[in-house]
Formats: sequence, C-alpha cells, structure tokens
Amino acid sequence: MAKLSVRDVWKSFGAHEVLRGLSLDIEAGQMVCLIGASGSGKSTLLRCLNLLEPVDDGAILLDGRDITDPDLDPQPVRQRIGMVFQSFNLFPHMTAVENVLLAPRRIRRKSRSELLPEAEALFARFGLADRMSHYPDQLSGGQQQRVAIIRALAMRPEVMLFDEVTSALDPALVGEVLDVLRALKAEGMTMVLATHEMAFAREAADKVCFLDDGRILEEGPPSAIFSAPREDRTRAFLARVL
Amino acid sequence: MRRRSVFIATASTALVVAAIVLLVPLAPGWERVQKAFFNGEVFWKTFPGLVRAFLVDIMIFAWCAPMIAFLGLLVALARDARSPALFPLRLFGMIYNDVFRGVPVILVIYLVGFGIPGLGLPRPWNSPYIWGTVAVVLTYSAYVAEVYRTGIESIHESQRAAATSLGLSHWDVMRFVILPQAIRRVIPANMNLLIALQKDVALLSFIGPVELLRQAGVYKSLLANFTPYLGAALIFLAVTVPATRWVDRLIARQNAARS
Repeated sequence: MAKLSVRDVWKSFGAHEVLRGLSLDIEAGQMVCLIGASGSGKSTLLRCLNLLEPVDDGAILLDGRDITDPDLDPQPVRQRIGMVFQSFNLFPHMTAVENVLLAPRRIRRKSRSELLPEAEALFARFGLADRMSHYPDQLSGGQQQRVAIIRALAMRPEVMLFDEVTSALDPALVGEVLDVLRALKAEGMTMVLATHEMAFAREAADKVCFLDDGRILEEGPPSAIFSAPREDRTRAFLARVL
Repeated sequence: MRRRSVFIATASTALVVAAIVLLVPLAPGWERVQKAFFNGEVFWKTFPGLVRAFLVDIMIFAWCAPMIAFLGLLVALARDARSPALFPLRLFGMIYNDVFRGVPVILVIYLVGFGIPGLGLPRPWNSPYIWGTVAVVLTYSAYVAEVYRTGIESIHESQRAAATSLGLSHWDVMRFVILPQAIRRVIPANMNLLIALQKDVALLSFIGPVELLRQAGVYKSLLANFTPYLGAALIFLAVTVPATRWVDRLIARQNAARS
C-alpha cells in the first residue's frame, strides 16, 4: 500500500480549474519530484496534501485512510505531514529555536527543557548550532530555510512536502538546502517536492512527475523522464528549462 | 542651506506672533475678552483646584484603558472568526462596530449613563462612574477593535499557512503567531486612540462626575469668569502634546524599521 495516495483530485479557485483529476501514488521512503511550468498545479497539490486547501472532489489516502473526509479533524493529519514553503515563512517575532519549539510545546504538551535536547540535535545536525537564538532577520536565506525544515521535522512527521524551497534563494545558498534534502532522503523520509532544480531531481528523485494543466501527464524514474520523455509536451518543457 | 531654512522659519514665526500680539488687542471687544478669559488672578486662584479635579480624569482613564484594550481585542477576534458555525459571532462583531462607531460618544454616555440607572438600580449600582465608564468602554472598544483588525489582516496569509501546516489549532495560530505580530504593528495607532480617550473622559462630566471640565464649569459660575476653562485646556494640552510627540516618534521608528 502506498504511503500517500492521491485519487482523481479536482480543485478549482473560482472558475479556474487548477487540479483536473490528478492521481499519484507515493511509496514510503520515496522522494517524488513534481516538475512542470508555473501554474501547472504543483503548489496547489502540495497545499491540498497538507489540507491547507480543501479538495473539491476525489480522495487523498494517508496509510489507506481518506484524509479529505470533512468530518476528520485536520490537525492530527497536518502533524503527520510537514511542509516547507518557498518563502520560508518563519515567525519573525520568535528566535530560531522558538520557531522550532512552538508546535511541539503546544501539541506534544511538553516543557521547553524536555524538548530542547531534540531541537538542539536537529540544529547541530544541519550546521546551525550557533544560530539557535538568532531572529529570522539575522539569518541568511539558506539558514532561514534550514530552520524552516527543522521546524517541520520537530513534529516528527512521516511525510515532508517541499514547495519550491530553493526558488527564493541566492544561487550560492541553494546547495546547503539541497544537502539537507539529500540527508533526509538517506534517512528514509518520504518526501514530495515541487521543484525547478532539474539537476537535483535527476540525481536524487526516485520518481519524477511532469504536471501539465492540472494532471500528471507523465511519470517515471528520472532517467526515463529526463532522457527519454514519451510526451511531446514533456519534451517541450524540458527543452525550455534544461 | 540648513541655516538658511532655520532663519526663514524663525523670521516667519516671529512675524506671525507679532501680528497676533499687535493686531488682536486692536479688536473692539478685546478688553472684555481679556477680562473674561485671561484673568491672571482667577487663573492662579482656580488652577490648583483644577489640577485636583484632573486626578478624577486620570483615574477614569486608568481603569477604562485596560478594559478597552481587552474588549476591543475580543470584538476584533469575533470579527475574524472564520468557521461557518461561528457566523453569529462575526455578525455580532459587525453590528457592534457599526453601532458604536456610528453614534456620537456623548449620546452613548447619555443613553447608558441616564438610561440604565433610570431602571431604579440600588446604590452603588446607579453610580454615573460605573455607567459612564461602560459607555466610554463600549464606544472606544469599537474603534480599538477596528485597529486590531487592521493589524490582524496586515499579517501575511503565509504566516497563517505555515503555523497551520504544523498542526496548530486555529486559536494557537492566533495567539502565538498572528496576534503578537499584529498587536505590535498597531501600537502607534492605538496610542492615538488613547490620547483621544484621555480627552473624551471629560465628557463623563455631563452625567455627574466632577472632573476637570465640570470643575472648570463650577469655577466659571462661581467667579463669573471663563479663565478656568483656559486653565483646563492647558492641563489637557500638558498631557496630550507630549503623548502625541511620543507616538509620532514611535511611528517614525516603526517606519524606519520596516524600510
């Protein structure tokens, strides 16, 4: 059984149909990269997976259980699915470590001192041990994004969603964030990425999906998608970005 | 360049002041006005009493301000309620704001201050201090709520999304992520309202409490002279002018921090 399974999901904003019957299976421990032009539905799909947007039709199964059921409490589901955003979205009035500890303190109902060792270990692991008491505006973009990843990891999620997490970074800072993603993959984290980093997708993804007009037009291992795309539109897209 | 503009500013100010000092006394009614409004003897006789009466204003202000801050926040939160089940709360917040921002403060003070004790409440529940306070708190909370709401709406949606995606409840998102940022952002705007409140407290005198404005009126009748009103105005200015300057500086500092 797939860890996360998207079944024929439809979503529109007003008259604009963003997702048009999209289906996708994500196995446990897999890294799935979503590629496609801006507006093809990548971000919307991720927001639906995290229940930030309700779907209009279709189902999303997490471990076989439909999480789009309106009677279901969305909070426990969101705790199992972490999300990292393009623009970091750190809370500017809190230090890095407070950003990370907020959700565990409120949800796992543990004290700061009980949670601190785990948070310190995460900061140390991603090279930010000396940045814990800095405020977001005292950190570089790459550091902020790594803190945002730590913040999501602190809830011990089973799946992580990454929405173009390197797009807002200086090219020089992209590497340090991609290193974090590689480390998480090595650890066996289940990950879904919307990305424009084609080289990274080619190197690290287990599966690449090409989204076009709210559907997955083509999916497969990176070698197949990047070297021998079957669809004309995939070929045209790759010709533009590669 | 700078010295030149300072010189021009000084010269033009001196010119205007000289014109006022020389021309106003030439008006036909000046002598009567001078006696009625600028009587030094009356001023010094009544000023200490006015300052004492001002303590009543300060007292009323001091207990109104925290109540307004609290009630205003509750109304703002009611107006921000998003779930469909909470629609009545949102509607209530909307009506509350429309009503209390639409009616002049003095009218609310009359209606509440005379109307409710008119129900025949026993002492001390018929005190004009209580109902005057209620009227002022109700009115000002509507304005403060609107300021808070502007602050809440000024926080980018992505902050809410990030907090929600961590699994925090709606209330936790509000309490720990949105409100701390929103309230900080609207402090200057709320300080402006506090300065206005400081003056409007004087309106309570219309339903009984002998505070500064009322005391000045008493002296006026007693001495048949308007100078106590001038004294009262000076006392208000002594508080509001420094407070306004301070708020201006807060705003300037905040603008500087944001750019």
